Amino acid sequence: MRILLNGAERQLTASRLDEALDALGYKGAVVATAVNGRFVPALRRANTQLYDGDSLEVLAPMQGG
Amino acid sequence: MEFYGVTLSSRLLLGTARYPSPKILEAAVRASRAEIVTVSLRREGGDQRAGQTFWSFIGELGVRVLPNTAGCHSVKEAVTTAHMARELFGTTWIKLEVIGEADTLQPDVFGLVEAARILSEDGFEVFPYTTEDLVVAERLLEAGCRVLMPWGAPIGSARGLNNLFGLRAMRAHFPDVPLVIDAGLGVPSHAAAAMEMGYDAVLLNTAVAEAGDPVRMAEAFALAVDAGRLAHTASPLEPRDMAAPSTPVLGKAVLA
Repeated sequence: MRILLNGAERQLTASRLDEALDALGYKGAVVATAVNGRFVPALRRANTQLYDGDSLEVLAPMQGG
Repeated sequence: MEFYGVTLSSRLLLGTARYPSPKILEAAVRASRAEIVTVSLRREGGDQRAGQTFWSFIGELGVRVLPNTAGCHSVKEAVTTAHMARELFGTTWIKLEVIGEADTLQPDVFGLVEAARILSEDGFEVFPYTTEDLVVAERLLEAGCRVLMPWGAPIGSARGLNNLFGLRAMRAHFPDVPLVIDAGLGVPSHAAAAMEMGYDAVLLNTAVAEAGDPVRMAEAFALAVDAGRLAHTASPLEPRDMAAPSTPVLGKAVLA
């Protein structure tokens, strides 16, 4: 499956969001997620399926004004 | 001073971006005596841990965080970012920015009111980055905001208080609403002027972070905020057109 991770194309075998995050290196990371522009709370990641062509945004805390 | 039921002793809110190093940021936060710092959220790769490192760093500072929706140009973007921030930072506070114009970073006040209503209804406590427009301010209060944050000048411009008349009118029109000058301040005298006018607090970032010595500048702003607030509570004189002698004339010798 091909997805867009933070705007860059990635190949993925896992289709559940929580498993995909682990596979993409985010295991244990403090991040928030959105799929196709919609926020997916951490509690719903295990029930969220990713599909070919989906856009996944993974955001973390950073400095801001 | 209270924001959404939280009592604060510091009237200076500090941004965390653009400092030369984390060590200088930490020292600047201490020197400013800020109890609230603004933070944001951005993309992070799976092989990176910059966000995790920053979050641990903020935790060690022991201050309250106010996440922003900086860079959002639409209601949808801002609302989604706010939801992600609430989960990441574990707070219902959100500094709501909906940018309407790229050169001035002026708020899109129409989108701002709409996003504020959506978020307030969803349990957020919204700190809207707005202009000094009184009608927009009324709409934001109707939408559920209990704090307003008008700009002093465009973000990062260091111009100070661009529209003194408008800001004074806003203060007079909303005597009981916490008002925070957000953006555009450059030097401590700008902050002092805002506080003398009766504003409840100021929010700074670039003026401190990009000063030659951010830690000294943070302290200078803290002193200016204190001085301005103290002056406001001491009922400053109204300006007048003609001179008024300060030395009594009565008893003056006739020497001419």
